[in-house]
Amino acid sequence: MSNTQHLQDFTTQTRRDILRMVHAVNSGHPGGSLGCAEFLTVLYQQLLQRNPGFSMDGIGEDIFFLSNGHISPIFYSVLARSGYFPVSELATFRKLNSRLQGHPTTHDGLPGVRMAAGSLGQGLSVAIGAAQAKKLNHDAHLVYVLTGDGELQEGQNWEAIMYASAKKVDNLIATIDFNGQQIDGATNDVLNMGNLKTKFEAFDWDVLEIKEGNNIEAIIKGMEEAKSRTGKGKPVCVLLHTVMGNGVDFMMHTHAWHGKAPNDDQLAVGLAQNLETLGDY
Amino acid sequence: MKKYTNTGSKDTRSGFGAGMTELGQKNENVVALCADLIGSLKFDDFKKNHPERFFQIGIAEANMIGIAAGLTIGGKIPFTGTFANFSTGRVYDQIRQSVAYSEKNVKICASHAGLTLGEDGATHQILEDIGLMKMLPGMTVINTCDYNQTKAATLALADHHGPAYLRFGRPVVPNFTSTDAPFVIGKAIILNEGTDVTIIATGHLVWEALLAAEALEAKGISAEVINIHTIKPLDDEAILKSVAKTGCVVTAEEHNFLGGLGESVSRVLAVNNPKPQEFVAVNDSFGESGTPEQLMEKYKLNNKAIIEAAERVIKRK
Repeated sequence: MSNTQHLQDFTTQTRRDILRMVHAVNSGHPGGSLGCAEFLTVLYQQLLQRNPGFSMDGIGEDIFFLSNGHISPIFYSVLARSGYFPVSELATFRKLNSRLQGHPTTHDGLPGVRMAAGSLGQGLSVAIGAAQAKKLNHDAHLVYVLTGDGELQEGQNWEAIMYASAKKVDNLIATIDFNGQQIDGATNDVLNMGNLKTKFEAFDWDVLEIKEGNNIEAIIKGMEEAKSRTGKGKPVCVLLHTVMGNGVDFMMHTHAWHGKAPNDDQLAVGLAQNLETLGDY
Repeated sequence: MKKYTNTGSKDTRSGFGAGMTELGQKNENVVALCADLIGSLKFDDFKKNHPERFFQIGIAEANMIGIAAGLTIGGKIPFTGTFANFSTGRVYDQIRQSVAYSEKNVKICASHAGLTLGEDGATHQILEDIGLMKMLPGMTVINTCDYNQTKAATLALADHHGPAYLRFGRPVVPNFTSTDAPFVIGKAIILNEGTDVTIIATGHLVWEALLAAEALEAKGISAEVINIHTIKPLDDEAILKSVAKTGCVVTAEEHNFLGGLGESVSRVLAVNNPKPQEFVAVNDSFGESGTPEQLMEKYKLNNKAIIEAAERVIKRK
């Protein structure tokens, strides 16, 4: 049963976490993190069938990989608030001796993280491997992966995209954070990737779009549809149209906040637009 | 000097293939991945016997490394196979982030390493792979010397938890280690005891080191021969113990002297007990086309080169 008010509150709190984490160390990536806040909230609070606790093998549960590791603030916030580790630990983000490294890693044993990510283009291959392991283990659960759209400029993705359909990896849902922005500007200006939908379809994936990728109900509906298309011989791709910086007005619709922290005044404005719901860390 | 008999020359890659065949039967978690080189890697039996556990990736090595990392999540033990060049240099960042930094139990198995690939030339003859792999924290690096040892190493890797690089080759070389010799990762093997010089060799150069020791003995020089199959973690103790006795060392490897076994040995000596060392290795160059024998002669990677190096280093004591 969906509880969109809870999901809304959860999302708002993660936005506060993102802004405060990035502000505290004057570094990190708020833009993409804010753009995916609703998606990751829905994923962890509603969609994923998760076992209590954390096991690296993920046998008997759905598993998720973050490929665009720079949006670690939202990943950490959602993991902490979904019970993987104490919310208070968010205060250690990007600090010395923290488990919350700038980009996610398994190295320090942070529960919820199964793969280091940061160097782009690697998560889809890893997710395919994990999905094939599930098939070998007769584990009917799904593997989810999120990649950036600019990240698709990395060639390894296209090796993986070709492979997944050829080998009928149909227990995999790859979501593309389709915000049209990357560090140097709009993806269409930096390196126009053409029509991603037809490209994925040409590689024989089942593609669906979520036009309102920052609308919780639209995400639930779209992802439930994506789930229903698994197990039918094709990998499933979701083009999730998001707004970078969503929920903080001056960060929206621009690449400017890809990897830049707000100053004290900007933080105050951002927090005023997202009032505390579940309690700050 | 202790006698070693060639029980029938074979390629080391076939030892890998035989190891995979046995692992396929013994360990149901072992899976194999290949980037369009089944025949070259001797994966035929594994593929035939366990099609569900064999993954043909196509010519896409980066994807292969990522998929292997993913397969470990679910408890599989993936062995990837392609040429050494495409196993390392081509996919360094994938190995670095998805395997080594992520601490995944992936075995990167690499054939056709070094000059003995032969006629294909320098595009395929990687001489930098040991260096690339040993620099990665947590990576085990193994370079085996013959068929039996390569098979034993393959079996041992399945029981070893952690990322590993296994290097072997294409040419048919003497098979002289015993079929029941235990393979202990990280443990050097003293093949011959001696007092005047220590020869530390890895891979195809181990047999050449034995030939050199025999020739040196005829000249009245007593050479200790150590087979280092595990370059990382290195058996510091065995090296130091031997060099304390002989006072000098020759290292021999089919690799650039930069980044290879020789440099690892140098470090151990520099920190603990500095002694003269000579390097039998490629002198910071690419390879070229030719037969394996011609190339090993031209690039000074044979028993003759080891003998000369031993005579040089003894004079420096």
